[in-house]
Amino acid sequence: MKPGTIVAAALLIILAALPLLTQAFDQRYLLSVGTRIVIWSIAAVSLNMILGYGGLVSFGHAAFFGIGGYAVGILSAEGIQSGWVQWPVALGASILWAALVGALSLRTRGVYFIMITLAFAQLVYYLASGLAGYGGDDGLNISRSRFSGLIDLRDKATFYWLCFALLCATLWFCGRLANSRFGYVLRGAKSNELRMMALGFPVFRYRLVACIIAGAFGGLAGILLANEGAYVSPAMMSWVKSGDLIVIVVLGGIGTLFGPLYGAIAFFALEEMLKPLLDLVHKGWGEYWQIVFGPLLVLVALYARGGMASLLKARG
Amino acid sequence: MEYLLIQVLNGVQLGLLMFLLAAGLTLTFGIMDLVNLAHGSLYMMGAYIAWTFVTWTDSFVLGALLALPATFALGMAVEAVVMRRLYARDHLDQVLATFGLILFFNELVRVLWGPAGKSIAVPPFLSRTIEILPGVPYPAYRFALIVVGAVVAILLAWLVARTRLGMLIRAGASNRRMIAALGVNIELLFSLVFGLGAVFAGLAGLMAAPISSVKIGMGDDILILAFVIIVIGGIGSIKGAFVAAMLVGQIDIVGRAFLPDLLKTVMPPASASAAAPAISQVLVYILMAGVLVWRPTGLFGQRA
Amino acid sequence: MSEPLLSTDRLVKRFGGLLATDNVTIDVRPGEIHALIGPNGAGKTTLVGQLTGNLTPDSGTIHFAGRDVTRLPADARVRLGLGRSFQITSVLREFSALENVALAMQAHDGHSFRFLADVRKNTARTDAARRGLAAVGLEPRATAAAAALSHGEQRQLEIAMALAGAPKLLLLDEPMAGMGAEESQRMVELLRGLKRQCGMLLIEHDMDAVFALADRITVLVYGRVLASGAPDAIRADPEVRQAYLGEETG
Repeated sequence: MKPGTIVAAALLIILAALPLLTQAFDQRYLLSVGTRIVIWSIAAVSLNMILGYGGLVSFGHAAFFGIGGYAVGILSAEGIQSGWVQWPVALGASILWAALVGALSLRTRGVYFIMITLAFAQLVYYLASGLAGYGGDDGLNISRSRFSGLIDLRDKATFYWLCFALLCATLWFCGRLANSRFGYVLRGAKSNELRMMALGFPVFRYRLVACIIAGAFGGLAGILLANEGAYVSPAMMSWVKSGDLIVIVVLGGIGTLFGPLYGAIAFFALEEMLKPLLDLVHKGWGEYWQIVFGPLLVLVALYARGGMASLLKARG
Repeated sequence: MEYLLIQVLNGVQLGLLMFLLAAGLTLTFGIMDLVNLAHGSLYMMGAYIAWTFVTWTDSFVLGALLALPATFALGMAVEAVVMRRLYARDHLDQVLATFGLILFFNELVRVLWGPAGKSIAVPPFLSRTIEILPGVPYPAYRFALIVVGAVVAILLAWLVARTRLGMLIRAGASNRRMIAALGVNIELLFSLVFGLGAVFAGLAGLMAAPISSVKIGMGDDILILAFVIIVIGGIGSIKGAFVAAMLVGQIDIVGRAFLPDLLKTVMPPASASAAAPAISQVLVYILMAGVLVWRPTGLFGQRA
Repeated sequence: MSEPLLSTDRLVKRFGGLLATDNVTIDVRPGEIHALIGPNGAGKTTLVGQLTGNLTPDSGTIHFAGRDVTRLPADARVRLGLGRSFQITSVLREFSALENVALAMQAHDGHSFRFLADVRKNTARTDAARRGLAAVGLEPRATAAAAALSHGEQRQLEIAMALAGAPKLLLLDEPMAGMGAEESQRMVELLRGLKRQCGMLLIEHDMDAVFALADRITVLVYGRVLASGAPDAIRADPEVRQAYLGEETG
């Protein structure tokens, strides 16, 4: 087996056993960090489908956190607690939004694409903060979706395992997608869009479908995020969150299957580690961990192209 | 009627402020093909540096005059340390690196100036109102902002249209290889343009300080607005940035001023006043989406 | 005489005040190599752009394979059987030579909205692509990344990609550009061998290649058709000689 495969398998095994581990070592807090890592990984994998394989730099992917989350939140606030209703509605809303944004944004190229996706995400952000009936800027407390008799999402370990299973499904789908006919067209269009069109591929349609798929998985992550915190707010789709998602994908290794997972783990682990590390250097400095993290991102952008996944590849 | 006039003036004032911020951004974008998310950090740094100098000299004007060269030096330093290595990279690397810079500067401000916001007082000689029309008072400081903003805009227009530097800037925005062929020291040109952009951003930050407040992250949201403006105007176009800034300024202010009353006709007053600012923001983004769908490279843009 | 495969009728395209294509009427018949020559700026590229569908003519019509394709988008024309190579080499640089051809074939082989089946396990697809590479003599380089191929090899790869959908007509935009004498000779042989499969519209500056290959030649000057006919007739045409001499002395 290649070293990349071994590392990925080991990571997945650890993640699968996380609730047991945190219970054994009595580190309940780590389970909630783990849950967030898993959910963010789903979103990052979905962003990687268009960013990594499609070369489409979307700066508005966090909008799907919000749309998936608010669909659940609004239904919950209106008294509809059933996940059987909430989840399909949330996924449908995400797909609709992805189709609309994709159809309009894919007319533009390069920086304009980056900015128009950002603008659409801001639009949802401000719409949500204008929803006075649903908490406005302050957001909305909700209760977790109910799947009566099937699964109880209020149990932390159960919820974690559900998220983990969905991450595995997302990874499986993305891996298949990358090497399918569709995936090759998407990657071909990233390599040379004009050539693909000259070959007879209606590139726009393929990209639009890619955006819709990515949006659906992004919406799924939003549903889970809303359930994780039992809370939705505009902050979950601020542009900084979209930036964080890009950081995770690039940090982990753009256009690689497990890169987004590595990136998400590194992103959250860095936060958890930099704080105590800086506190160790000087009491109180931990609070300012981003003063180290920021330049770290600059260094990654300048010198670590290919991200963490390429490190594994280089060793092998 | 007077209310409308005052709101339009407020829109002009916001538009000019946004133009200062957007001008530097559109120049670095157009010439160096650089997506600089950290431009908003320079706006914030300009305001904080100004606060320090104003507090130290006890004079707004003196403080501002000291803060501008300091922001220029900061801009040149950032350019030399980070930006220079990013010009040849793709946009994704630029987004990542400058996103990192935002985190750095926000945290740096917290370390140097503390987490609490600062405020800069309106200078005494401007803390009054003037009559713009008989019987229509307007805050003198805001009026001064309009004057300064307009002067800088005219200066910039002159710089770009009439000077050798401006000729190079225009040439660079439409064809980067051409300036290399002219035998110009590109490194120096890029540094200068970046520094210039930093000064404009700093100026916008310090001028905005007395009417908003000086706080961490103050550059982040306004940066997005500045990006929207240069994308609407067309990347690299000063004229486009100006037109778009004016449009956005009007939509934002007039929207905030008149939407609540308009909304109250269709929804309860409390909801209306909560929704109005959000909707006026939304209008700005709808304008941008509309422009890009209609013209994918902005109003005055050439390159994709 | 057979029905023409591709024909244009009084095609006009303006750029501002410039008449880049001025009532151009040309046709290509099946199994024929029709060469289009003309000095730089004669409007060859603009004409090609309209034929491929990247530019829309201001007036006039284009018929291909019995259909009016004047308003049809580029990718739809390709699927009708209009293959093309580019003036400036355009391949998928990150993909292997084999994958380049396989993708080109995929474009003609139904839609690609299939998300789960692994194409690398599809041996029929790989074999077909390998045959496509063999047809242009590139099979030994199948696994090399397209970016690593020599210029001449990339040109060959382009032809293989253009042939992938078994096109009825090949639009070749300066296939010999940038090639050495030996490489050009190989390309001439390759194109001559392909003549039985499909008609070709050949845009080329290399006059040796043009006269070696063409059944008919059309000369384009200032967007207009100056002359059109058999190679010998074109060679003897005084107006053509003057147009070309004019370019050389001016």
